[in-house]
Amino acid sequence: MQITDFIVPVLFAGILIFGFAKRVEVFPVFCDGSAEGLKTTAEILPALILLLISVGMLQASGAVELLTQLLTPLCSAVGFPPECMQMVLLRPFSGSGAIAVYDGIAAEYGADSFAGRVAAVLLGSSETTFYTIAVYFSAVKIRKTRYAVPAALTADCTAWIVCGLVVAAIMGN
Amino acid sequence: MKIILAVIPVAAIICGIITGRLPEVSSAVLDKAGEAVTLAITLCGIMCLWSGLMKVAEEAGAVKALSGLLSPVVSLLFRGLEKGGRAMQMICMNLSANILGLGNATTPLGIRAMEAIQEEEAGYVPGVESPPSGEASDNMIMLTVLNTASLQVIPATAAALRAAHGAERPMDILPCVWIVSAYSLAAAVCAAKLLGWISRRRKKRRSGGADN
Repeated sequence: MQITDFIVPVLFAGILIFGFAKRVEVFPVFCDGSAEGLKTTAEILPALILLLISVGMLQASGAVELLTQLLTPLCSAVGFPPECMQMVLLRPFSGSGAIAVYDGIAAEYGADSFAGRVAAVLLGSSETTFYTIAVYFSAVKIRKTRYAVPAALTADCTAWIVCGLVVAAIMGN
Repeated sequence: MKIILAVIPVAAIICGIITGRLPEVSSAVLDKAGEAVTLAITLCGIMCLWSGLMKVAEEAGAVKALSGLLSPVVSLLFRGLEKGGRAMQMICMNLSANILGLGNATTPLGIRAMEAIQEEEAGYVPGVESPPSGEASDNMIMLTVLNTASLQVIPATAAALRAAHGAERPMDILPCVWIVSAYSLAAAVCAAKLLGWISRRRKKRRSGGADN
């Protein structure tokens, strides 16, 4: 059991009890808010379908492997293990895809290998960029995302560049 | 975003032809369409749960109290939002969920925050030009970018996966995760601020030219 296992149930109970204490009509208010959640889900579904299909096509086509080969020389420049390149390329698109890639890397090289650690650090220090952008902006019906993608990708690139260096410096190769 | 959505399928088809995996690409289209619905249904329950809880927390005044704590930092990042206003409160809730690593809870809260920003900016924000509808505002982009960079303090998923693969001490990556997160977060904020500044200048120049 970890501390993180407590957070969600305690928050759930805590908010409801706090509501009772403050004399909020907890049941109708909760249902009201819940109904909004239902509407939001329906609104983001189209964007979700489009994004998942695009990513699925890309994964199935072997484009990720091709790009990995192309980018391998760049990796050595920043001390990044090329085995983890798939992680870098998939992480911004798909959370479950990134977990699958991690499973592969950890199974092949070991969880405590350099590649295994770098992959885990990447998994823990970045998010599914494109999923977030698609869902957030489609929920408020925004089509022109302006500089959201370049700004978010700057963060992902930074993580990629420093990840190998930081892991090597702190935990060794 | 729309450029990326146009490039990906084309790239996938070309790669599929090169690697001879076009049949897989074709079946991926149908499989993933179904998967998206499954994901949306999973998300729907969590979305309803957190939207409901947030409404209770809001009515009880808990949201206001928390946003009071975070607002000094948050108001540095977001321009021209009303202090203690709904948008500010929702942003604080979303960022707290991110920091706590509540995973799926962050999405509903983030969407509520996006809506609140839109509501506040589309009408009555003094000082900030209200963007034509359909276009993202600087504050919306800042919120999204903060959500794409990881604010999570405890990388629970990564640690759990490491444990599953027999790592000796699954949490020993913590310092590395923090440092990498800090770098990428700093890069995200700087990039958003810089690109926002450039885009505002360009817009100003363009409207200035129209006046002449």
